[in-house]
Amino acid sequence: MKVKQLSIFLENQSGRLAEVTEAIGKQGVNIRALSLADTSGFGILRLIVNDIETAHDELKTRGFTVRETDVIAVEIPDRPGGLGSVLKIFGDAKINIEYMYAFVQKKSENAVVIFRIDNIDQAIETLRSKGLEILSADQVYQL
Amino acid sequence: MIWNREAECMPVEERRKLQGERLRRTVRRCYENVPVYRKKFDDAGIKPDDVRSIDDLKNLPFTTRDDLRDNYPFGMFAVPMEDVVRVHSSSGTTGKPKVVGYTRNDVEMWAELMARTIGCGGAGKNDIIQIAYGYGLFTGGLGVHYGAEKVGATVVPISGGNTKRQIMIMQDFGSTMLACTPSYALYLADTAREMDLDIRDFPLKYGIFGAEPWTVQMRREIEAKMGVRATDIYGLSEVIGPGVSSECEVQDGLHVCDDHFVPEIIDPMTEEVLPAGTPGELVFTSLTKEAFPIIRYRTRDLSVLNENKCECGRTHFRMGRITGRTDDMLIIRGVNLFPSQIESVLLEIEGTEPHYLIVVNRVDSLDCLEVWVEVSEKFFSDEIKVLEALEKKIEHELHSVIGISADVKLVEPKTIERSEGKAKRVVDNRPK
Repeated sequence: MKVKQLSIFLENQSGRLAEVTEAIGKQGVNIRALSLADTSGFGILRLIVNDIETAHDELKTRGFTVRETDVIAVEIPDRPGGLGSVLKIFGDAKINIEYMYAFVQKKSENAVVIFRIDNIDQAIETLRSKGLEILSADQVYQL
Repeated sequence: MIWNREAECMPVEERRKLQGERLRRTVRRCYENVPVYRKKFDDAGIKPDDVRSIDDLKNLPFTTRDDLRDNYPFGMFAVPMEDVVRVHSSSGTTGKPKVVGYTRNDVEMWAELMARTIGCGGAGKNDIIQIAYGYGLFTGGLGVHYGAEKVGATVVPISGGNTKRQIMIMQDFGSTMLACTPSYALYLADTAREMDLDIRDFPLKYGIFGAEPWTVQMRREIEAKMGVRATDIYGLSEVIGPGVSSECEVQDGLHVCDDHFVPEIIDPMTEEVLPAGTPGELVFTSLTKEAFPIIRYRTRDLSVLNENKCECGRTHFRMGRITGRTDDMLIIRGVNLFPSQIESVLLEIEGTEPHYLIVVNRVDSLDCLEVWVEVSEKFFSDEIKVLEALEKKIEHELHSVIGISADVKLVEPKTIERSEGKAKRVVDNRPK
Protein backbone atom coordinates (compact mmCIF):
# COMPACT_ATOMS: atom_id res chain seq x y z
CA MET A 1 0.00 0.00 0.00
CA LYS A 2 2.91 2.29 0.56
CA VAL A 3 4.48 3.78 -2.52
CA LYS A 4 8.13 4.76 -2.64
CA GLN A 5 8.79 8.31 -3.73
CA LEU A 6 12.22 9.65 -4.61
CA SER A 7 13.14 13.08 -3.17
CA ILE A 8 16.08 15.04 -4.53
CA PHE A 9 17.67 18.15 -3.01
CA LEU A 10 18.33 20.87 -5.58
CA GLU A 11 19.93 24.27 -5.32
CA ASN A 12 18.06 27.09 -6.96
CA GLN A 13 20.20 27.16 -10.05
CA SER A 14 19.28 26.79 -13.70
CA GLY A 15 20.05 23.45 -15.19
CA ARG A 16 19.74 21.40 -12.03
CA LEU A 17 16.28 20.04 -12.92
CA ALA A 18 17.36 19.27 -16.45
CA GLU A 19 20.37 17.35 -15.20
CA VAL A 20 18.19 15.15 -12.98
CA THR A 21 15.64 14.31 -15.65
CA GLU A 22 18.32 13.76 -18.24
CA ALA A 23 20.25 11.43 -15.94
CA ILE A 24 17.37 9.14 -15.16
CA GLY A 25 16.04 9.35 -18.71
CA LYS A 26 19.34 7.97 -20.00
CA GLN A 27 18.91 4.98 -17.72
CA GLY A 28 15.53 4.26 -19.22
CA VAL A 29 13.58 5.40 -16.16
CA ASN A 30 10.11 6.86 -16.73
CA ILE A 31 8.62 9.50 -14.47
CA ARG A 32 5.00 8.80 -13.47
CA ALA A 33 4.35 11.84 -11.33
CA LEU A 34 6.32 14.73 -9.99
CA SER A 35 6.14 17.75 -7.74
CA LEU A 36 8.62 20.50 -7.05
CA ALA A 37 8.59 22.31 -3.72
CA ASP A 38 10.63 25.46 -3.59
CA THR A 39 12.05 28.07 -1.25
CA SER A 40 14.18 31.05 -2.21
CA GLY A 41 17.37 29.08 -1.70
CA PHE A 42 16.64 25.51 -2.68
CA GLY A 43 13.99 23.06 -3.86
CA ILE A 44 12.99 19.49 -3.26
CA LEU A 45 12.04 17.52 -6.34
CA ARG A 46 9.71 14.61 -5.60
CA LEU A 47 9.36 11.88 -8.17
CA ILE A 48 7.31 8.76 -8.62
CA VAL A 49 9.18 6.65 -11.18
CA ASN A 50 8.77 3.20 -12.65
CA ASP A 51 12.20 1.98 -11.45
CA ILE A 52 13.20 3.68 -8.27
CA GLU A 53 16.32 1.60 -7.64
CA THR A 54 17.94 2.52 -10.93
CA ALA A 55 16.97 6.15 -10.55
CA HIS A 56 18.29 6.30 -7.01
CA ASP A 57 21.64 4.70 -7.93
CA GLU A 58 22.13 6.87 -10.99
CA LEU A 59 21.46 10.10 -9.11
CA LYS A 60 23.67 9.09 -6.21
CA THR A 61 26.50 8.31 -8.60
CA ARG A 62 26.13 11.78 -10.05
CA GLY A 63 26.52 13.31 -6.59
CA PHE A 64 22.94 14.28 -5.83
CA THR A 65 21.51 14.02 -2.33
CA VAL A 66 18.50 11.71 -2.56
CA ARG A 67 16.17 10.01 -0.21
CA GLU A 68 13.23 7.63 -0.46
CA THR A 69 9.98 8.40 1.32
CA ASP A 70 6.83 6.37 1.80
CA VAL A 71 3.69 7.99 0.40
CA ILE A 72 0.20 6.74 -0.44
CA ALA A 73 -1.61 7.01 -3.74
CA VAL A 74 -5.38 7.38 -3.57
CA GLU A 75 -7.79 7.08 -6.47
CA ILE A 76 -10.32 9.84 -6.54
CA PRO A 77 -13.30 10.19 -8.91
CA ASP A 78 -12.38 12.75 -11.50
CA ARG A 79 -15.24 15.17 -10.85
CA PRO A 80 -15.83 18.35 -8.85
CA GLY A 81 -15.91 17.60 -5.14
CA GLY A 82 -13.88 14.47 -5.57
CA LEU A 83 -10.82 15.69 -3.71
CA GLY A 84 -12.88 17.48 -1.10
CA SER A 85 -14.54 14.29 0.08
CA VAL A 86 -11.18 12.61 0.70
CA LEU A 87 -9.79 15.62 2.50
CA LYS A 88 -12.86 15.67 4.73
CA ILE A 89 -12.18 12.09 5.74
CA PHE A 90 -8.67 13.02 6.76
CA GLY A 91 -9.86 16.13 8.55
CA ASP A 92 -12.49 14.26 10.56
CA ALA A 93 -9.93 11.64 11.58
CA LYS A 94 -7.51 14.43 12.55
CA ILE A 95 -4.91 13.15 10.11
CA ASN A 96 -2.36 15.78 9.09
CA ILE A 97 -1.24 16.03 5.49
CA GLU A 98 2.37 17.12 5.00
CA TYR A 99 2.04 17.64 1.26
CA MET A 100 0.19 16.28 -1.75
CA TYR A 101 0.14 16.40 -5.50
CA ALA A 102 -2.20 15.02 -8.11
CA PHE A 103 -2.38 13.81 -11.71
CA VAL A 104 -4.95 12.26 -14.03
CA GLN A 105 -4.60 8.78 -15.45
CA LYS A 106 -4.68 7.95 -19.12
CA LYS A 107 -6.69 4.76 -18.80
CA SER A 108 -9.22 5.62 -16.17
CA GLU A 109 -12.04 7.89 -14.99
CA ASN A 110 -10.12 8.52 -11.81
CA ALA A 111 -7.45 10.96 -10.72
CA VAL A 112 -4.62 9.89 -8.47
CA VAL A 113 -3.49 11.94 -5.51
CA ILE A 114 -0.18 11.29 -3.78
CA PHE A 115 -0.22 12.07 -0.08
CA ARG A 116 2.67 12.35 2.35
CA ILE A 117 1.31 11.78 5.81
CA ASP A 118 3.29 11.35 8.98
CA ASN A 119 1.17 8.62 10.44
CA ILE A 120 0.88 6.68 7.22
CA ASP A 121 -0.48 3.48 8.76
CA GLN A 122 -3.32 5.31 10.42
CA ALA A 123 -4.12 7.02 7.12
CA ILE A 124 -4.25 3.71 5.26
CA GLU A 125 -6.55 2.25 7.93
CA THR A 126 -8.87 5.25 7.81
CA LEU A 127 -9.16 5.34 4.04
CA ARG A 128 -9.77 1.58 3.84
CA SER A 129 -12.50 1.78 6.42
CA LYS A 130 -14.25 4.39 4.27
CA GLY A 131 -13.98 2.19 1.22
CA LEU A 132 -11.49 4.28 -0.68
CA GLU A 133 -9.21 2.78 -3.28
CA ILE A 134 -5.54 2.92 -2.37
CA LEU A 135 -3.26 1.95 -5.19
CA SER A 136 -0.50 -0.55 -4.65
CA ALA A 137 3.07 0.37 -5.39
CA ASP A 138 3.18 -1.70 -8.56
CA GLN A 139 -0.02 -0.16 -9.83
CA VAL A 140 1.45 3.32 -9.37
CA TYR A 141 4.79 2.54 -10.99
CA GLN A 142 2.98 1.20 -14.04
CA LEU A 143 0.52 4.04 -14.44
CA MET B 1 48.15 67.45 18.68
CA ILE B 2 50.52 65.63 20.98
CA TRP B 3 48.79 64.55 24.18
CA ASN B 4 51.81 63.64 26.27
CA ARG B 5 54.89 65.42 24.96
CA GLU B 6 57.18 64.03 27.65
CA ALA B 7 56.38 60.45 26.79
CA GLU B 8 55.75 60.73 23.08
CA CYS B 9 58.84 62.79 22.31
CA MET B 10 61.19 61.13 24.77
CA PRO B 11 64.73 60.66 23.41
CA VAL B 12 65.18 57.10 22.15
CA GLU B 13 68.06 56.25 24.50
CA GLU B 14 66.12 57.39 27.53
CA ARG B 15 63.17 55.29 26.50
CA ARG B 16 65.34 52.21 26.02
CA LYS B 17 66.50 52.52 29.62
CA LEU B 18 62.91 52.93 30.78
CA GLN B 19 61.88 49.88 28.77
CA GLY B 20 64.66 47.83 30.36
CA GLU B 21 63.59 48.75 33.89
CA ARG B 22 59.96 48.10 33.17
CA LEU B 23 60.70 44.80 31.46
CA ARG B 24 62.56 43.55 34.54
CA ARG B 25 59.60 44.42 36.73
CA THR B 26 57.12 42.81 34.35
CA VAL B 27 59.09 39.59 34.06
CA ARG B 28 59.33 39.38 37.84
CA ARG B 29 55.58 40.03 38.15
CA CYS B 30 54.85 37.26 35.63
CA TYR B 31 57.31 34.82 37.15
CA GLU B 32 55.99 35.28 40.66
CA ASN B 33 52.29 35.47 39.97
CA VAL B 34 51.40 33.55 36.82
CA PRO B 35 52.09 29.77 36.87
CA VAL B 36 51.97 29.59 33.07
CA TYR B 37 54.76 32.15 32.79
CA ARG B 38 56.78 30.63 35.58
CA LYS B 39 56.75 27.34 33.75
CA LYS B 40 57.69 28.99 30.44
CA PHE B 41 60.63 30.76 32.06
CA ASP B 42 61.76 27.67 33.96
CA ASP B 43 61.58 25.57 30.79
CA ALA B 44 63.69 28.18 29.01
CA GLY B 45 66.13 28.34 31.91
CA ILE B 46 65.49 32.04 32.52
CA LYS B 47 65.21 33.80 35.87
CA PRO B 48 63.82 37.34 36.31
CA ASP B 49 67.27 38.63 37.28
CA ASP B 50 68.63 37.49 33.91
CA VAL B 51 66.76 40.38 32.34
CA ARG B 52 69.21 43.31 32.49
CA SER B 53 68.05 45.49 29.62
CA ILE B 54 65.57 45.66 26.80
CA ASP B 55 68.07 43.73 24.66
CA ASP B 56 67.26 40.63 26.69
CA LEU B 57 63.70 40.64 25.38
CA LYS B 58 64.59 38.38 22.47
CA ASN B 59 65.62 35.60 24.85
CA LEU B 60 62.21 35.40 26.49
CA PRO B 61 59.63 32.76 25.54
CA PHE B 62 56.61 33.55 23.36
CA THR B 63 52.95 33.61 24.33
CA THR B 64 50.22 32.54 21.93
CA ARG B 65 46.44 32.50 21.86
CA ASP B 66 46.62 28.81 22.77
CA ASP B 67 47.96 29.87 26.17
CA LEU B 68 44.89 32.03 26.67
CA ARG B 69 42.60 29.26 25.50
CA ASP B 70 44.23 26.71 27.78
CA ASN B 71 43.92 29.05 30.75
CA TYR B 72 40.41 30.25 30.16
CA PRO B 73 39.08 32.34 31.72
CA PHE B 74 41.34 33.96 34.31
CA GLY B 75 44.32 31.59 34.51
CA MET B 76 46.84 34.12 33.24
CA PHE B 77 45.89 36.99 35.52
CA ALA B 78 48.75 38.23 37.71
CA VAL B 79 46.61 39.73 40.46
CA PRO B 80 43.83 38.36 42.69
CA MET B 81 40.33 38.78 41.24
CA GLU B 82 39.42 41.39 43.83
CA ASP B 83 41.95 43.70 42.19
CA VAL B 84 40.49 43.14 38.73
CA VAL B 85 38.03 45.94 38.08
CA ARG B 86 37.22 45.07 34.45
CA VAL B 87 37.29 42.15 32.07
CA HIS B 88 36.94 42.19 28.30
CA SER B 89 36.99 39.42 25.76
CA SER B 90 37.47 38.72 22.08
CA SER B 91 36.89 35.73 19.84
CA GLY B 92 38.89 32.58 20.46
CA THR B 93 39.42 29.75 17.97
CA THR B 94 36.81 27.56 19.67
CA GLY B 95 33.52 28.40 21.34
CA LYS B 96 35.28 30.04 24.27
CA PRO B 97 36.49 33.65 23.95
CA LYS B 98 39.90 35.05 24.95
CA VAL B 99 39.53 36.89 28.25
CA VAL B 100 41.65 39.79 29.50
CA GLY B 101 41.57 41.74 32.75
CA TYR B 102 42.42 45.22 34.11
CA THR B 103 43.27 46.68 37.50
CA ARG B 104 42.37 50.26 38.35
CA ASN B 105 45.86 51.33 37.29
CA ASP B 106 45.54 49.41 34.04
CA VAL B 107 42.28 51.20 33.23
CA GLU B 108 43.92 54.54 33.97
CA MET B 109 46.96 53.69 31.87
CA TRP B 110 44.75 52.51 29.02
CA ALA B 111 42.90 55.81 29.08
CA GLU B 112 46.21 57.65 28.91
CA LEU B 113 47.37 55.65 25.88
CA MET B 114 44.05 56.01 24.13
CA ALA B 115 44.31 59.76 24.77
CA ARG B 116 47.57 59.69 22.79
CA THR B 117 45.77 57.95 19.92
CA ILE B 118 43.02 60.57 19.95
CA GLY B 119 45.64 63.30 19.92
CA CYS B 120 47.35 61.58 16.99
CA GLY B 121 44.02 61.59 15.22
CA GLY B 122 43.78 65.36 15.67
CA ALA B 123 41.27 65.79 18.49
CA GLY B 124 41.46 67.38 21.94
CA LYS B 125 39.25 68.68 24.73
CA ASN B 126 37.23 70.98 22.52
CA ASP B 127 36.10 68.15 20.29
CA ILE B 128 32.91 66.10 20.26
CA ILE B 129 33.79 62.46 19.75
CA GLN B 130 31.18 60.06 18.40
CA ILE B 131 32.09 56.52 19.38
CA ALA B 132 30.42 54.06 17.01
CA TYR B 133 32.44 51.06 18.16
CA GLY B 134 30.43 48.45 20.04
CA TYR B 135 30.22 48.91 23.79
CA GLY B 136 30.36 45.71 25.80
CA LEU B 137 32.88 42.93 26.16
CA PHE B 138 34.57 44.19 23.01
CA THR B 139 37.43 46.54 23.94
CA GLY B 140 36.62 49.04 21.17
CA GLY B 141 33.75 51.05 22.66
CA LEU B 142 34.86 51.43 26.26
CA GLY B 143 38.51 51.66 25.26
CA VAL B 144 37.98 54.73 23.10
CA HIS B 145 35.47 56.10 25.59
CA TYR B 146 37.85 56.36 28.54
CA GLY B 147 40.53 57.90 26.34
CA ALA B 148 38.10 60.48 25.00
CA GLU B 149 36.98 61.41 28.50
CA LYS B 150 40.59 61.65 29.62
CA VAL B 151 41.31 64.09 26.85
CA GLY B 152 38.35 66.10 28.08
CA ALA B 153 36.36 65.89 24.88
CA THR B 154 32.59 65.58 24.84
CA VAL B 155 31.86 61.92 24.40
CA VAL B 156 28.86 60.63 22.43
CA PRO B 157 28.72 56.94 23.43
CA ILE B 158 26.39 55.90 20.63
CA SER B 159 27.92 52.40 20.07
CA GLY B 160 27.32 50.57 16.77
CA GLY B 161 24.28 50.18 14.55
CA ASN B 162 21.22 52.34 13.86
CA THR B 163 22.91 54.05 10.98
CA LYS B 164 20.30 56.67 10.13
CA ARG B 165 20.22 57.71 13.76
CA GLN B 166 24.02 57.91 13.84
CA ILE B 167 23.92 60.36 10.96
CA MET B 168 21.17 62.45 12.52
CA ILE B 169 23.11 62.70 15.77
CA MET B 170 26.37 63.37 13.99
CA GLN B 171 24.74 66.33 12.29
CA ASP B 172 22.62 67.59 15.22
CA PHE B 173 25.30 67.23 17.92
CA GLY B 174 28.04 68.51 15.62
CA SER B 175 30.45 65.62 16.23
CA THR B 176 33.97 66.57 15.18
CA MET B 177 35.62 63.13 15.46
CA LEU B 178 34.24 59.73 14.57
CA ALA B 179 35.54 56.42 15.91
CA CYS B 180 34.40 53.23 14.16
CA THR B 181 35.58 50.59 11.70
CA PRO B 182 36.67 51.91 8.29
CA SER B 183 34.02 49.90 6.45
CA TYR B 184 31.32 51.33 8.71
CA ALA B 185 32.59 54.82 8.03
CA LEU B 186 32.06 54.27 4.31
CA TYR B 187 28.65 52.82 4.99
CA LEU B 188 27.74 55.92 6.99
CA ALA B 189 28.88 58.14 4.15
CA ASP B 190 26.84 56.21 1.61
CA THR B 191 23.75 56.06 3.81
CA ALA B 192 23.94 59.81 4.37
CA ARG B 193 23.91 60.30 0.62
CA GLU B 194 20.76 58.19 0.40
CA MET B 195 19.26 60.55 2.97
CA ASP B 196 20.23 63.48 0.71
CA LEU B 197 22.86 64.59 3.21
CA ASP B 198 26.56 65.17 2.64
CA ILE B 199 28.83 64.46 5.59
CA ARG B 200 31.36 66.83 4.08
CA ASP B 201 28.99 69.63 5.12
CA PHE B 202 28.95 68.40 8.74
CA PRO B 203 31.39 69.74 11.39
CA LEU B 204 33.13 66.32 11.29
CA LYS B 205 36.89 66.80 10.85
CA TYR B 206 38.64 63.68 12.12
CA GLY B 207 38.18 59.93 12.10
CA ILE B 208 40.07 57.22 13.96
CA PHE B 209 39.39 53.91 12.27
CA GLY B 210 40.56 50.42 13.19
CA ALA B 211 39.56 46.92 14.33
CA GLU B 212 40.02 45.68 10.77
CA PRO B 213 42.71 46.10 8.10
CA TRP B 214 42.06 48.69 5.38
CA THR B 215 43.85 49.86 2.27
CA VAL B 216 45.26 53.20 1.26
CA GLN B 217 42.56 53.40 -1.43
CA MET B 218 39.91 52.98 1.21
CA ARG B 219 41.45 55.82 3.21
CA ARG B 220 41.33 58.10 0.19
CA GLU B 221 37.72 57.14 -0.38
CA ILE B 222 36.74 57.87 3.22
CA GLU B 223 38.57 61.18 3.24
CA ALA B 224 36.97 62.20 -0.05
CA LYS B 225 33.45 61.17 0.91
CA MET B 226 33.46 62.47 4.48
CA GLY B 227 35.83 65.42 4.39
CA VAL B 228 37.86 64.10 7.35
CA ARG B 229 41.45 63.22 8.11
CA ALA B 230 41.18 59.42 8.34
CA THR B 231 43.67 57.95 10.83
CA ASP B 232 44.55 54.26 11.10
CA ILE B 233 44.61 53.05 14.70
CA TYR B 234 45.59 49.64 15.99
CA GLY B 235 45.18 47.54 19.06
CA LEU B 236 44.22 44.11 20.29
CA SER B 237 42.58 42.97 23.50
CA GLU B 238 45.43 40.70 24.51
CA VAL B 239 47.78 43.70 24.55
CA ILE B 240 45.20 46.15 25.92
CA GLY B 241 42.62 47.10 23.29
CA PRO B 242 42.68 50.21 21.07
CA GLY B 243 45.51 52.56 22.03
CA VAL B 244 48.46 50.33 21.17
CA SER B 245 49.45 52.37 18.14
CA SER B 246 48.17 55.12 15.88
CA GLU B 247 49.08 57.08 12.76
CA CYS B 248 49.86 60.77 13.13
CA GLU B 249 49.13 63.57 10.67
CA VAL B 250 52.01 62.35 8.48
CA GLN B 251 49.99 59.16 7.82
CA ASP B 252 53.06 57.03 7.21
CA GLY B 253 53.08 54.27 9.79
CA LEU B 254 51.53 53.95 13.26
CA HIS B 255 53.43 55.22 16.33
CA VAL B 256 53.52 52.43 18.93
CA CYS B 257 53.24 53.47 22.57
CA ASP B 258 56.53 51.67 23.11
CA ASP B 259 57.09 52.98 26.61
CA HIS B 260 54.24 50.59 27.51
CA PHE B 261 54.25 47.97 24.72
CA VAL B 262 57.43 46.85 23.02
CA PRO B 263 56.92 45.72 19.41
CA GLU B 264 59.07 43.16 17.63
CA ILE B 265 58.84 41.69 14.16
CA ILE B 266 59.64 37.99 13.84
CA ASP B 267 59.81 35.44 11.09
CA PRO B 268 56.61 33.43 11.68
CA MET B 269 58.35 30.17 10.75
CA THR B 270 61.73 30.43 12.48
CA GLU B 271 60.66 32.85 15.25
CA GLU B 272 63.85 34.81 14.64
CA VAL B 273 63.70 38.55 15.35
CA LEU B 274 63.87 40.58 12.13
CA PRO B 275 65.45 44.03 11.75
CA ALA B 276 63.50 47.22 11.11
CA GLY B 277 62.41 47.42 7.49
CA THR B 278 61.89 43.66 7.11
CA PRO B 279 58.25 42.54 7.19
CA GLY B 280 57.10 39.72 9.45
CA GLU B 281 54.79 38.87 12.32
CA LEU B 282 54.09 41.49 14.96
CA VAL B 283 54.89 40.50 18.56
CA PHE B 284 54.10 42.64 21.63
CA THR B 285 55.35 42.67 25.21
CA SER B 286 53.60 44.76 27.86
CA LEU B 287 55.79 46.74 30.23
CA THR B 288 53.36 48.16 32.76
CA LYS B 289 50.19 46.08 32.77
CA GLU B 290 49.27 44.66 36.17
CA ALA B 291 46.30 42.31 35.80
CA PHE B 292 47.17 40.74 32.47
CA PRO B 293 50.84 41.24 31.60
CA ILE B 294 51.85 39.68 28.32
CA ILE B 295 55.30 38.54 27.18
CA ARG B 296 56.14 38.35 23.48
CA TYR B 297 52.56 37.78 22.33
CA ARG B 298 52.33 36.51 18.78
CA THR B 299 49.61 38.58 17.18
CA ARG B 300 49.58 36.76 13.82
CA ASP B 301 49.34 40.19 12.19
CA LEU B 302 51.85 40.98 9.45
CA SER B 303 53.63 44.33 9.61
CA VAL B 304 57.08 45.97 9.53
CA LEU B 305 58.96 48.29 11.93
CA ASN B 306 60.22 51.78 11.10
CA GLU B 307 62.75 53.33 13.48
CA ASN B 308 63.30 56.52 11.49
CA LYS B 309 62.47 59.97 12.84
CA CYS B 310 58.97 61.17 12.08
CA GLU B 311 58.24 64.77 11.07
CA CYS B 312 55.51 65.01 13.68
CA GLY B 313 58.14 65.04 16.43
CA ARG B 314 57.05 61.86 18.17
CA THR B 315 59.91 59.44 18.85
CA HIS B 316 57.74 56.32 19.29
CA PHE B 317 58.83 53.86 16.61
CA ARG B 318 56.30 53.18 13.92
CA MET B 319 54.76 49.96 12.63
CA GLY B 320 53.52 49.68 9.05
CA ARG B 321 49.84 49.17 8.25
CA ILE B 322 48.78 45.57 8.79
CA THR B 323 49.08 43.76 5.47
CA GLY B 324 47.62 40.36 6.36
CA ARG B 325 47.61 37.51 8.84
CA THR B 326 49.65 34.37 9.33
CA ASP B 327 46.59 32.31 10.28
CA ASP B 328 43.06 31.84 9.00
CA MET B 329 41.33 34.38 11.20
CA LEU B 330 38.79 36.60 9.45
CA ILE B 331 37.66 40.04 10.48
CA ILE B 332 34.01 40.67 9.69
CA ARG B 333 32.78 44.18 10.41
CA GLY B 334 35.55 44.57 12.96
CA VAL B 335 34.77 41.29 14.73
CA ASN B 336 37.31 38.47 14.77
CA LEU B 337 36.14 35.11 13.50
CA PHE B 338 37.95 31.81 13.20
CA PRO B 339 36.55 29.23 10.76
CA SER B 340 37.03 26.67 13.51
CA GLN B 341 34.40 28.48 15.58
CA ILE B 342 31.86 27.87 12.86
CA GLU B 343 32.99 24.28 12.63
CA SER B 344 32.41 23.72 16.32
CA VAL B 345 28.88 25.15 16.10
CA LEU B 346 28.01 22.91 13.16
CA LEU B 347 29.43 19.93 14.99
CA GLU B 348 27.17 20.57 17.96
CA ILE B 349 24.10 20.71 15.78
CA GLU B 350 24.60 17.77 13.52
CA GLY B 351 26.70 15.40 15.53
CA THR B 352 28.98 14.77 12.61
CA GLU B 353 30.79 17.57 10.84
CA PRO B 354 29.04 18.49 7.61
CA HIS B 355 31.05 20.04 4.82
CA TYR B 356 30.77 23.80 4.83
CA LEU B 357 32.16 26.88 3.14
CA ILE B 358 32.44 30.40 4.50
CA VAL B 359 31.83 33.06 1.89
CA VAL B 360 32.53 36.70 2.68
CA ASN B 361 31.29 39.45 0.39
CA ARG B 362 31.27 43.19 0.66
CA VAL B 363 27.87 44.60 -0.19
CA ASP B 364 27.37 48.37 -0.07
CA SER B 365 30.59 48.79 1.94
CA LEU B 366 29.54 46.29 4.61
CA ASP B 367 30.89 42.80 5.13
CA CYS B 368 28.32 40.04 4.59
CA LEU B 369 28.88 36.54 5.79
CA GLU B 370 27.37 33.42 4.24
CA VAL B 371 27.85 29.91 5.54
CA TRP B 372 27.16 27.31 2.89
CA VAL B 373 26.27 23.95 4.42
CA GLU B 374 26.23 20.84 2.34
CA VAL B 375 23.01 18.82 2.51
CA SER B 376 24.24 15.28 2.87
CA GLU B 377 21.99 12.28 3.07
CA LYS B 378 22.39 12.25 6.79
CA PHE B 379 20.25 15.29 7.33
CA PHE B 380 18.30 15.60 4.10
CA SER B 381 14.68 15.65 5.06
CA ASP B 382 11.99 15.33 2.44
CA GLU B 383 10.07 18.17 4.08
CA ILE B 384 10.79 21.82 3.29
CA LYS B 385 9.87 22.95 6.76
CA VAL B 386 12.44 20.65 8.34
CA LEU B 387 15.21 21.98 6.12
CA GLU B 388 14.14 25.57 6.69
CA ALA B 389 14.08 24.96 10.43
CA LEU B 390 17.61 23.60 10.15
CA GLU B 391 18.77 26.72 8.34
CA LYS B 392 17.23 28.89 11.04
CA LYS B 393 18.70 26.78 13.78
CA ILE B 394 22.20 27.05 12.40
CA GLU B 395 21.80 30.81 11.98
CA HIS B 396 20.51 31.09 15.52
CA GLU B 397 23.34 29.03 16.99
CA LEU B 398 25.98 30.95 15.07
CA HIS B 399 24.56 34.14 16.45
CA SER B 400 24.10 33.06 20.04
CA VAL B 401 27.36 31.12 20.43
CA ILE B 402 29.76 33.18 18.35
CA GLY B 403 27.88 36.44 18.00
CA ILE B 404 27.94 36.62 14.24
CA SER B 405 25.07 37.15 11.85
CA ALA B 406 25.41 34.87 8.90
CA ASP B 407 23.08 33.80 6.10
CA VAL B 408 23.00 30.03 6.00
CA LYS B 409 22.63 28.57 2.56
CA LEU B 410 21.94 24.87 2.07
CA VAL B 411 23.79 23.58 -0.96
CA GLU B 412 24.24 20.40 -2.95
CA PRO B 413 27.26 18.22 -2.20
CA LYS B 414 29.08 19.02 -5.41
CA THR B 415 28.98 22.77 -4.87
CA ILE B 416 31.60 22.66 -2.16
CA GLU B 417 34.85 21.71 -3.80
CA ARG B 418 36.68 18.76 -2.49
CA SER B 419 40.41 19.03 -2.49
CA GLU B 420 43.26 16.74 -1.58
CA GLY B 421 44.70 17.66 1.75
CA LYS B 422 43.50 20.81 3.49
CA ALA B 423 39.94 21.66 2.47
CA LYS B 424 39.37 25.23 1.35
CA ARG B 425 37.06 26.54 4.01
CA VAL B 426 36.87 30.22 3.20
CA VAL B 427 36.17 32.21 0.06
CA ASP B 428 36.82 35.89 0.67
CA ASN B 429 35.44 37.99 -2.17
CA ARG B 430 36.20 41.34 -0.58
CA PRO B 431 38.55 43.65 -2.46
CA LYS B 432 42.11 43.49 -1.08
